[in-house]
Amino acid sequence: MSENRPLVDVRDLKEYFPVKSGMLNKMVLKAVDGVSFTIDKGETLGLVGESGCGKTTVGRTLLHLYKPTSGEVYFDGKLVTDKNIGEFRKDMQIVFQDPYSSLNPRMTVSDIIGEPLDIHHLYHNKKERAERIAELLTLVGLNSEHATRYAHEFSGGQRQRIGIARALAVNPRFIVCDEPVSALDVSIQAQIVNTFEELQQKLGIAYLFIAHDLLVVQHMSRRIAVMYLGKIVEIGSASDIINHPVHPYSQSLISAIPMPDPETARHKHRIILEGDVPSPLRMPKGCPFRTRCRFATEQCAQSCPSLTDRGNGRQVACHNM
Amino acid sequence: MSNVPLLQVKNLHTSFITDAGEVKAVNGISYNLDRGKVLGIVGESGSGKSVSAYSVMRILTDTGRVTQGEVLFNGEDILKYTPQQMQSFRGSRISMIFQDPMTCLNPVFTVGSQLREAIRIHTDRTKEQINARALEMLQLVGVNEPEKRLRQYPHELSGGMRQRVMIAMALACEPDILIADEPTTALDVTIQAQILELMQNLQKKMGMAIIMITHDLGVIADICDEIIVMYAGKVCERGTADEIFYNPRHEYTKGLIRSIPRVTEKHEKLVPIAGSPVDLLNLPKGCAFASRCECAMKICLTEQPEETWVNDSHIAACWNNVKRMYEESKGGEAR
Repeated sequence: MSENRPLVDVRDLKEYFPVKSGMLNKMVLKAVDGVSFTIDKGETLGLVGESGCGKTTVGRTLLHLYKPTSGEVYFDGKLVTDKNIGEFRKDMQIVFQDPYSSLNPRMTVSDIIGEPLDIHHLYHNKKERAERIAELLTLVGLNSEHATRYAHEFSGGQRQRIGIARALAVNPRFIVCDEPVSALDVSIQAQIVNTFEELQQKLGIAYLFIAHDLLVVQHMSRRIAVMYLGKIVEIGSASDIINHPVHPYSQSLISAIPMPDPETARHKHRIILEGDVPSPLRMPKGCPFRTRCRFATEQCAQSCPSLTDRGNGRQVACHNM
Repeated sequence: MSNVPLLQVKNLHTSFITDAGEVKAVNGISYNLDRGKVLGIVGESGSGKSVSAYSVMRILTDTGRVTQGEVLFNGEDILKYTPQQMQSFRGSRISMIFQDPMTCLNPVFTVGSQLREAIRIHTDRTKEQINARALEMLQLVGVNEPEKRLRQYPHELSGGMRQRVMIAMALACEPDILIADEPTTALDVTIQAQILELMQNLQKKMGMAIIMITHDLGVIADICDEIIVMYAGKVCERGTADEIFYNPRHEYTKGLIRSIPRVTEKHEKLVPIAGSPVDLLNLPKGCAFASRCECAMKICLTEQPEETWVNDSHIAACWNNVKRMYEESKGGEAR
């Protein structure tokens, strides 16, 4: 039974931020509004959506970097709470988007990668610590001589590798990758994507891969979840989502990807969405997508559709199916 | 006269003088742009794609200067223009939109006053005509409730709306060329699709030429007639979209195309380009890409490859291409 248990099990996760507007008005920003998904051992779940849809918040709340407003996160069958999160830090790590601001400019690389080792007491003597740091650097494709340098001496791609080495230091079983390649050039992006894949094959790590670049997510993930305004609107296998999206939002999102291929570009039919994403402070009643949806009906204004099973592991939240 | 291309850039060199030395951002690029065409310039950060456009517009920072070359607009060298001439030239003949529409709009003036200013400077219309034109432009770029928007400040608009306002401002005086420097990079995919669609529609309607600068090969494939691939301030390859994507001749272009993920059923590993971009302070003697190139030969390290015609719509600057063409021509003779 325990074999079939998912590694990460997120159930109805909610994260509301209080926002002040005006003197007495207190409003609530529903960044994540009831998100549920599971990730198996060694699997990659891609999480896509536009800016402000709450994908980063999902990753951070999941790791209790933000205190969840409600909902549960189970890691390997055990409930993660504020009190016992310390135990799980060794198993769950994160790689951030910006390789410039996520590394302390006053620390050497060996200090940056060594810090998690220090905190979790993962070595017996200094020699062991230095060896482990060298090993980690080689693992992510850097040189062990790099350990004495500072972050500013590296290029963006190399910095991202340092960030990955730091996450790997404690031998995690799960890493949240929060837009890890968005800040990088195309040629460097491919290097980092390959590094993530090789590490997964070698160490069996599961990823939650958050990104807005659908081509990269499609390449990395076995399954993809599409988010819109704090909710998952569709989740399914990567090829199903990319080739046959069902939810009207996923359809327009996928059709909007600029394809790096002139032939496909000429024959492609773009579904252009009208208008902008509504402010999460003034969310439309009912289905959050109905203000931009081509198929919106009376029913969509009244109740919010919940994720329902459509077979083949695909779940869609839409009334018009 | 009609045979003269609208814009001719000839052997343009631009450098920045810094404390560390001369940074050679653009090292001799040449291209022609015809009326009503869309030219894409693609390259990674630091490849000189933006600086080449800034040089054309003459909006380089104080430390930067064009050290060599000509920029001919309708046959006239605009690098010789006086600052006053340049001021009336910018905006009316060539305009530009930038990546981040927030930093390009003045936060303390309303959208309307900024839009009206652009029209007032370049035309001698009356106040009513200017107002009407501003409103017409906002409608043209698909801004909803244009009367209200004219009275609003930039921070009250979303990113996509701001970019539409920027486009309205750039096109208000019906320029012949619109230079778009990463216009959709800061925007979400669905908004990006809106803006690209808008630019294509406006281009058809108003017939201006567009220079599209981007690092996104997808955007380039979508809308460009001709593509220039830049690396370390030089043109690697230039040709029609089909030639660049289906018949790439420069190893860097090939590498770029291989390193983007594709939608395929079976999982193919990406082939990244090894190493990191070249240091513009110490450019190598030979081909700038040689140190990262898998097919580098001896000559690549010592001599810079010249731009060679592959066919009448395709130029490549790569020794491997020269070799390949030589072998093909020899093979042809033997037969």
